[in-house]
Amino acid sequence: MSPWYHKQFQSWGRLNAAPSRAISTSDPQRLKDALSEENGKILAYGLGRSYGDSCLNSEGDVIETTGMNKLISFDPDAGLLTAEAGISLDEVLRVIVPRGCFLPTTPGTKFITLGGAVANDVHGKNHHVAGAFGNNVIQFSLLRSDGSLMVCSRENNKEWFHATIGGLGLTGLIIDVTLQLKKISSSHLDVKSIPFRNIDEFFEISQNHDGEFEHSVSWIDCLSKGASLGRGIYMGGNHATNGELSVHTDPKASIPFNAPSLLLSPFNIRLFNAFYYNLQKAKRPKGKVHYDPFFYPLDTLNNWNKLYGKQGFFQYQSVIPHEHALETTRAMLSEISHSKQGSFLAVLKRFGDIPSDGMLSFSRPGITLALDFPNNGMPVKELFNRLDKIVKEASGCLYPAKDSRMTDFASFYPQILEFEKFIDPKFSSDFWQRCHHQK
Amino acid sequence: MNKVLIFGGTSAIAEEYAQLILSNGGQVFLVGRNTNTLTRTAKDLEIRSGSSPDTVHTLAINFTNYDEIKNCFNQADKTLQGISKVLVAHGCLPEQEELQNDFSAAINSHHVNYLSAVAVCESAAQYFLEKAISGQISVISSVAGDRGRKSNYFYGASKGALSLYLQGLRGRLHSSEITVLTVKPGFVDTPMTSHLEKGLLWAKPASIAAGILRAEETKRNIVYLPFYWFSIMLCIKLIPECIFKKLSI
Repeated sequence: MSPWYHKQFQSWGRLNAAPSRAISTSDPQRLKDALSEENGKILAYGLGRSYGDSCLNSEGDVIETTGMNKLISFDPDAGLLTAEAGISLDEVLRVIVPRGCFLPTTPGTKFITLGGAVANDVHGKNHHVAGAFGNNVIQFSLLRSDGSLMVCSRENNKEWFHATIGGLGLTGLIIDVTLQLKKISSSHLDVKSIPFRNIDEFFEISQNHDGEFEHSVSWIDCLSKGASLGRGIYMGGNHATNGELSVHTDPKASIPFNAPSLLLSPFNIRLFNAFYYNLQKAKRPKGKVHYDPFFYPLDTLNNWNKLYGKQGFFQYQSVIPHEHALETTRAMLSEISHSKQGSFLAVLKRFGDIPSDGMLSFSRPGITLALDFPNNGMPVKELFNRLDKIVKEASGCLYPAKDSRMTDFASFYPQILEFEKFIDPKFSSDFWQRCHHQK
Repeated sequence: MNKVLIFGGTSAIAEEYAQLILSNGGQVFLVGRNTNTLTRTAKDLEIRSGSSPDTVHTLAINFTNYDEIKNCFNQADKTLQGISKVLVAHGCLPEQEELQNDFSAAINSHHVNYLSAVAVCESAAQYFLEKAISGQISVISSVAGDRGRKSNYFYGASKGALSLYLQGLRGRLHSSEITVLTVKPGFVDTPMTSHLEKGLLWAKPASIAAGILRAEETKRNIVYLPFYWFSIMLCIKLIPECIFKKLSI
């Protein structure tokens, strides 16, 4: 019986479906065989939470990694965990939280794999304290298509270590990962939220309060204008020092089918944003909150990406260096607000100064802005082109894990020439196919 | 304390089930095909359940060698110092079309999905009867065994035969203290089904495992998991054959 099958793959933005031949195995010998027999190009696919096309390989082959989900070792005292790369952060949390450990940093969903977290060098609300995900990786093993298995760390095979962190899965197949965890004494966080009336106030607040909080992030109303441009809510949190160690529960509801596009009319989005801002401002949530709603508010709703309808959606995430951050972010928000396109979810966050470990890592000192946009075709793409220009002028950068349309990857990532040496000859992705022609 | 001998111990449902047993202070003896996978699974289970290393045991066998199956009972009995439950969770989901074109592959699938399961059950019945102790035999069959469908009838026939066999065995053991549970899961999101597109009716292995444990505790004979498959299969069974044969399901 052939282990290969054919399947349609999608990324989280659901912009298109990529037909691929796929294999799903956790047997090391079978993985080796699959790579050595590979005639075309192959890519690892985990939980498909990348927004754009960095996890897709149309017409090529795919290794589905979620079967590679075994824990290999766990030392709660030292806070060290080794697991196969296909395990989800969801599964990891279920094991480590009851024993007083937490992820060193986490993105806004726990439904990603460990391998995907490394390959995209994801970041979280504590970047200003913990750096990006890769900064907390001790080592990993990388299987190359020539059959070699490399253990990579800051000491061994270090150039491969740096190329693979944030390497978009192109340097080979990540087999397992050893992670330095954070010790916690409670599964809850002490949370405080502070409303800000405009973008200038955000800069003041984040500057003054980031030292107080290990975790911080701000939601903004991306459709507000004039004196209220960039108004929003700053949320800060610290792990509580005592309390119970309780694990999160399964998602509570599911979006079974695509929402009608009417729901996403600019009017409705504006209404939602204004309502949410005023609600949060009035409520000012404060006190103890479990890690699940604090870090993963959207995880309670399975397939929330279907809310954007069958056309799918884009996410645009940029980072602007501190020196130009205020005026550039203001210019971007004003562009977005004028375009009347925007989303329920716009997020601002100040990155810290810890340098990322990956050659192609996105996170760097500066202010990052992330927004969802329903796919309405040309208007949104034209808006993106205008935003690109603003980002480029400020020497900013875009995030490949969120991208499906960047037209000038090499100008954002000049390290690409150095990185290319580390790409496995049998690995590729739709993102890479799109971007390496642009050099 | 639960001491469970699990065949197909590295399958997704079995692993979740084993985790529940271990978290409640029990022990498991996992039987599988691949030594490497068994070792990885055992270590994973220890870490997840926080149990000590001597609570998970493994043995690799060839499932079509019935002497090896019988031998598992001796080994597990020695290691666990008595078996209280047996779970039959091994199986394969072959491509229907491939079996239509390759009869030896079809025979092999019946060996794995039906005959070897019967071999386990016979050995289990003999084990519990000889020791004159109460016991639980739980077997994962499938809703696919409730009606033959053109898209999946080799698999369905194995599972259908298995369900019939278990009805008979249940009758035979009814006066003893041995309970026979037929588990009929619907679609489950496991590595065995990774090639299929997932939809609304798909369940997670963890919920199936919890359902098996509940059914064992309440001494059920047959359980559909999740429960709504009982109604779905009832409707499917009620469709007259002259109409059913024309349906492309």
